[in-house]
Amino acid sequence: MEPSLAGYLALSGILFTIGAVGVIFKRNAIGMFMCIELMLNAVNLTFIAFSRYYADVTGQLFVFMVMSVAAAEAAVGLGIIIAFFRNSQSIDVDDASILKN
Amino acid sequence: MYLSVSASRRLILMAYDVLFYLFAGFAIACAISMVYHRNPLYSAVSLVGVFIALSCIYVTLAAPFIAAVQILIYAGAIMVLVVFVIMLLNLEEDRPHSRLSYLYVVGGGLGLILLAQTLFVFYAVSSAPNHAVDQSETVGRTISIGRAMYTDYLLPVEIVGILLLMATVGGVVLARRLSQPQLELIVDQELERRNEGDEKNDYRIAF
Repeated sequence: MEPSLAGYLALSGILFTIGAVGVIFKRNAIGMFMCIELMLNAVNLTFIAFSRYYADVTGQLFVFMVMSVAAAEAAVGLGIIIAFFRNSQSIDVDDASILKN
Repeated sequence: MYLSVSASRRLILMAYDVLFYLFAGFAIACAISMVYHRNPLYSAVSLVGVFIALSCIYVTLAAPFIAAVQILIYAGAIMVLVVFVIMLLNLEEDRPHSRLSYLYVVGGGLGLILLAQTLFVFYAVSSAPNHAVDQSETVGRTISIGRAMYTDYLLPVEIVGILLLMATVGGVVLARRLSQPQLELIVDQELERRNEGDEKNDYRIAF
């Protein structure tokens, strides 16, 4: 067999962590959106690796579902970002705190 | 175990190893570059690199259909949408940090804790006894995915279809202008709106 399951899982964990840290560090809404996409992809890699090592097609189907949800998220999320930019001339999430007062 | 297999089989296994480390390194490098760059366009291009590397890894995991869909949907549709929005909004680079710098240390520490936790869970899972299933190459083929999708998982597929329809309608509703202006007036309105921008922003300061 190819590289062990642990190798793929480790890669997935590293990518997920980079995505999570990116969500913490980024202040630009599009940057945070892209970090969320990275986290979704890390989870997809886990699904595919398990699907391969247990010879079960269900994992690949769920990857397909995750991709569809990511596409829906992209449509709605970018719509929200455009609407927010139109109102505040910025996509910095620090500027999205009008409700705070 | 390796002594019993033929030399060509060993070569193939070694090629799998080399490819995995190559693409894994490329994916991690692109991911770090995505988080590091302040310019959203550089981040987007780095993210496309991650998607392509992951797609190559899917091919080595005998999932050619998912690899193709990964390129089509992620690197194609989603990233084109993201780059389109970046260009449309004409974003400049992020401002340099105005937050307290110790918060970055806290964020990095939380990231390390998350990494340790994830790797521990994955280690526990992957060291569990394997069921020794027959790892045939046919699992990832398009025909088996399609058969499972339209028999056992028909309801989730229908639900995803409705979700996509809702997202399409929602995206249009969110992104359209409230007063549907004529196409030739859009530029004038945009300039006008930008000139008013300073006065419009005053309501936030007034609070």
